[in-house]
Amino acid sequence: MIHAGLTHFLIISVALFSLGIYGVITRKNAVMVLMGIELILNSANINFIAFARFGNFGLQGQIFALFIIVLAAAEAAIALAIVLNIYKNLSNINVDEMDSLKD
Amino acid sequence: MTTYDVIFYLFALVTLLSAFFVVTNRNIVHSAFYLLFTFFGVAGIYVMLGADFVAVVQLIVYVGGILILLLFGVMLTNKITNVDIKSGTIHALPASIVLGLFAGALAAAVLNTNWKVVASPETSSSTASLGNVLINEYALIFELLGIVLLIALIGAASMARR
Repeated sequence: MIHAGLTHFLIISVALFSLGIYGVITRKNAVMVLMGIELILNSANINFIAFARFGNFGLQGQIFALFIIVLAAAEAAIALAIVLNIYKNLSNINVDEMDSLKD
Repeated sequence: MTTYDVIFYLFALVTLLSAFFVVTNRNIVHSAFYLLFTFFGVAGIYVMLGADFVAVVQLIVYVGGILILLLFGVMLTNKITNVDIKSGTIHALPASIVLGLFAGALAAAVLNTNWKVVASPETSSSTASLGNVLINEYALIFELLGIVLLIALIGAASMARR
């Protein structure tokens, strides 16, 4: 275990991103897919702030992280409204059963 | 190994372990609660990186807002009375193989790159300077994001009520 530097934070971000993608592509429930997307956005945020800290970019990285958090909030609200509508119409939210547009 | 490293590894462990449980747990409510620990761990990592304001915003917006929204989504779309709150996984084995390779490639890229690390200046509270930058250089984006958030929330409310 060496002193924690830029690569440590980037490795954490890589692991979080992969776990998020795994959640998005393997879970059936649409709400679980949303949780995977939140993990992905968090890993992107860690990257922005780590590069802002170790690359001497001033505050731009943190500003971008704030913007991403705002957009994540908007995305979660919209996506949950869509999920509620799907549940009202199909009475389940499994993403592999939403195939009424097919044929 | 300094205190900084110990706290860093602690936060990293909390974040990754709970994120793993989020994506593998079969119970959605348990996943949502593990997501709480993930968000706390990520906020701790932000603090380790000297981004105190972003860490607090992360706690308020993610833990206080998005997580509650997700829990409401879980509870409104599952038959609570039938205890049918489980959720299956599909293609778990091929996904884990492919994503293991993907994560390995990304990690190799990160480790083999010669990052140009600049000695960062002293870390003090970033809130005041962040506010200054946000209202001067990024004023237009700040206002546009406010409008985007307003429109998104109005749209979500009207869509969910229909």
